[in-house]
Amino acid sequence: MTDKAAMQALARLVPPGSRVLDLGCGNGAMLDYLQRERGCSGYGVEIDDANVLACVQRGVDVIQLNLDEGLAMFDDNSFDVVLQIDTLQHLRNAETMLRETARVGRTGVVAFPNFAHWPNRLSILRGRMPVTRRLPYQWYDTPNIRVGTYKDFEVLATKNSLRILDSFGLQDGQEVRWLPNARAGTAVFHFEHA
Amino acid sequence: MSFLATPQSMHFPDALPLQSGASIRDYHLAYETYGQLNAERSNAVLVCHALNASHHVAGRYEGQDRSEGWWDNMIGPGKSVDTNRFFVIGINNLGSCFGSTGPMHVNPASGQVYGADFPVVTVEDWVNAQARLLDGLGIGQLAAVMGGSLGGMQALCWTLQYPERMRHAVVVASAPNLTAENIAFNEVARRAIVTDPDFHGGHFYRHGVIPKRGLRIARMIGHITYLSDDVMNEKFGRQLREGIDLKYSTQDIEFQIESYLRYQGDKFSDYFDANTYLLITRALDYFDPARAHAGNLTRALARATAKFLLMSFTTDWRFSPQRSREIVKALLDNRRSVSYAEIDAPHGHDAFLLDDARYMGVMRSYFDSIAKELQA
Repeated sequence: MTDKAAMQALARLVPPGSRVLDLGCGNGAMLDYLQRERGCSGYGVEIDDANVLACVQRGVDVIQLNLDEGLAMFDDNSFDVVLQIDTLQHLRNAETMLRETARVGRTGVVAFPNFAHWPNRLSILRGRMPVTRRLPYQWYDTPNIRVGTYKDFEVLATKNSLRILDSFGLQDGQEVRWLPNARAGTAVFHFEHA
Repeated sequence: MSFLATPQSMHFPDALPLQSGASIRDYHLAYETYGQLNAERSNAVLVCHALNASHHVAGRYEGQDRSEGWWDNMIGPGKSVDTNRFFVIGINNLGSCFGSTGPMHVNPASGQVYGADFPVVTVEDWVNAQARLLDGLGIGQLAAVMGGSLGGMQALCWTLQYPERMRHAVVVASAPNLTAENIAFNEVARRAIVTDPDFHGGHFYRHGVIPKRGLRIARMIGHITYLSDDVMNEKFGRQLREGIDLKYSTQDIEFQIESYLRYQGDKFSDYFDANTYLLITRALDYFDPARAHAGNLTRALARATAKFLLMSFTTDWRFSPQRSREIVKALLDNRRSVSYAEIDAPHGHDAFLLDDARYMGVMRSYFDSIAKELQA
């Protein structure tokens, strides 16, 4: 999910001047954008060597860490916003990391591929796992080890006492607010801890 | 082949007060510089050295084969720290044995060689001495201060003692203090030296001898801790030095690793000073900026305003990644600008001196961004 429109839609959830922690920040494009366009500051967290290098190249502060080892390095409420953009689906301890996100940030933004998007449902009805632009991998080589839906996340958020401030789907860079669980390839949740 | 380097020396007549309460006056610091200081005097990079290194950081000496500086792979024209853009300074620390005033020199107060009477120097003292040398060179603010291991401790110390005098600090394979195990290794090395019959309480120069046995053992134990188990096994394994038959001797060299360690020990004892070894390992032991803040590193680092790059190596057990993360955490707590790369390299602590594409790449990118910042 690297297209500009999607990035801008997510950036709108980050108030100008925020202190941001971007978990699984990739090449640092989002933080770079937030710093340049919205006067934000903060750090990215990445495990991948090439992404760490890309962040240093573009002047984005990055901490090389394995998120599956937790966020012990970060204090409670030490960030205005913690981002998990296309990160949750790669984590073994996705629920723990969601709680950690809520602990470290005053608010959190989570975006992940919505498995209940209608083309995926259609594929399953045909008896095959979906292979789409959003989920381009085969079932046997996908790095997306957590497969969930928009509705699934609502249940997980409630279970962990998170207050959802806003939620919507994203499709082709556009917000989807009507039937997002069926009509959007990406689920987006903006929340705070209760 | 690398460029030519020329060692220089600066004399300091005024007394330098030391942390211990003692002071040292009338001393020299050996240093080298590479590249050109720009008109704004803003592109200087200070490189701090570790235990057995010196001011000879990069380049080679004319007419001397294999005389490249200890970080020649990192620093030079077109290298990660590019001397076409930066003015790089290497300084030999006080108490060392490579040109700056040390225990083997004459104490002007007594007319005698210092020996064991050379004052105990700390990382903080070294940083103060380095700052005076920068004053002498007319450099107010560094673009960056950098170092690995004990050199990283000096870089960190710089950001606390002179926070306004650098824009960036690069701290590689370092730690906010030594662990008990680490002090223990240093103590074994020191005991090896001081119990050598040729040590003579540190005044061996008068007796015309050198405590080589102690130095050899000190180097052997040090060397073991700079390598990883994996790299040692890969390099030597259980290989025998000669043939395939065991000699059934308890004193002959049997395994390749023994031969290697003895060779390293012999080489080291030919050029390193025993009192310097004691002084430098003690400076390592004493370094602990959190001590003045009841052990709270976050409070200790509150003074730092530099932007930081920290790096560690996964197989380094002498200065483990965990120790670098402690520094990162303290900087995060203080909301300082910091990047941290943990390089998955097999070579243990020595990795900070070796070529690794990821390590060199991160360093190059970081210094590229410093260069851009200087132009802006």
